[in-house]
Amino acid sequence: MGVEHKEYETLEQLQADMQVKGNGGFFLTTVDSLVNWGRSNSIWPLTFATSCCGIEMMAAAAARHDLARFGMEVYRASPRQADVIVVAGTIVHRMAPVLKRLYDQMSEPKYVVAMGACAVSGGPFYYNSYSVIRGVDNVIPVDVYIPGCPPRPEAFLHGMMQLQEKIKRETMGEKRVPIQII
Amino acid sequence: MTNEQLKEFILKHAGDAQVAENQQFLIATVPAASLHSLAKSLKESAETQFDYMYSLTGVDMQPALGVVYHLESTKFRHNVVLKVFTEDRVNPVLPSVTDIWRGAELQECEVFDFFGIKFQNHPDMRRIFLEDDWQGFPLRKDYKDEVNIVDLIK
Repeated sequence: MGVEHKEYETLEQLQADMQVKGNGGFFLTTVDSLVNWGRSNSIWPLTFATSCCGIEMMAAAAARHDLARFGMEVYRASPRQADVIVVAGTIVHRMAPVLKRLYDQMSEPKYVVAMGACAVSGGPFYYNSYSVIRGVDNVIPVDVYIPGCPPRPEAFLHGMMQLQEKIKRETMGEKRVPIQII
Repeated sequence: MTNEQLKEFILKHAGDAQVAENQQFLIATVPAASLHSLAKSLKESAETQFDYMYSLTGVDMQPALGVVYHLESTKFRHNVVLKVFTEDRVNPVLPSVTDIWRGAELQECEVFDFFGIKFQNHPDMRRIFLEDDWQGFPLRKDYKDEVNIVDLIK
């Protein structure tokens, strides 16, 4: 589910890019840009952290790095109110059904960020573990991967900005259907 | 109580115990049959009062499977270590100390989960970390997992 990595200098450049890519005509693209602007600037994360990456996620939300600048400071304790689940930490076999259930309980549109080596690939537990799942994408579909062990808050912020870019390119014409893994 | 006095106390209550000492702890290796009565008297005697079991650990000494208990008295601040072993690897059974120290309940579940040691008279013996349908006991030294564990040393 890769979107090519692209940094925008200005918002105008981003909009120009979007207008070239738009396929829904003038009205739909205008509504799209409005809806996407709203969505991408109010991504509420779910309070979900299974290990040390969670500490970095908390640090990113705290005063110094201030996740509130991106409209993401509202960590929700209920999956029904959350838009993004940041898988911050190791997922073991016992945790996987819980994670899947939390993902299922979130309402559309929903996004998944795999934060840190454990969530991306199993990390240091890749070779010698009987209990760890090798990558959270074996359980739920992932939008953005943030490598690191654990990633710095700056890396986390960059990952969330990539997610914003991704959301800004959605259109109503092509509805995003998450992959169902059973 | 000093370690000498503790040693006398343990030998008085469990004559078949082997008592050794390292730099930190007095270590008593106790047969499974006398573990429960010794633990009970260590907790309830006025001069010992080991009211705090701060660690319960499973060990695989191959071939013996065992449990190590670290005890402390919050009143006298003295420590003692109890060890108990069983040679039976197919159906290892040891006495539970949950009725003496309630904190042992989940730790015994953990030892059962990873080593397969069943604890007699435990109120709720079940796996707590692994799935209920898990096969085998992963912290035993002879545990084999060809799929997930890649032996890098070999």
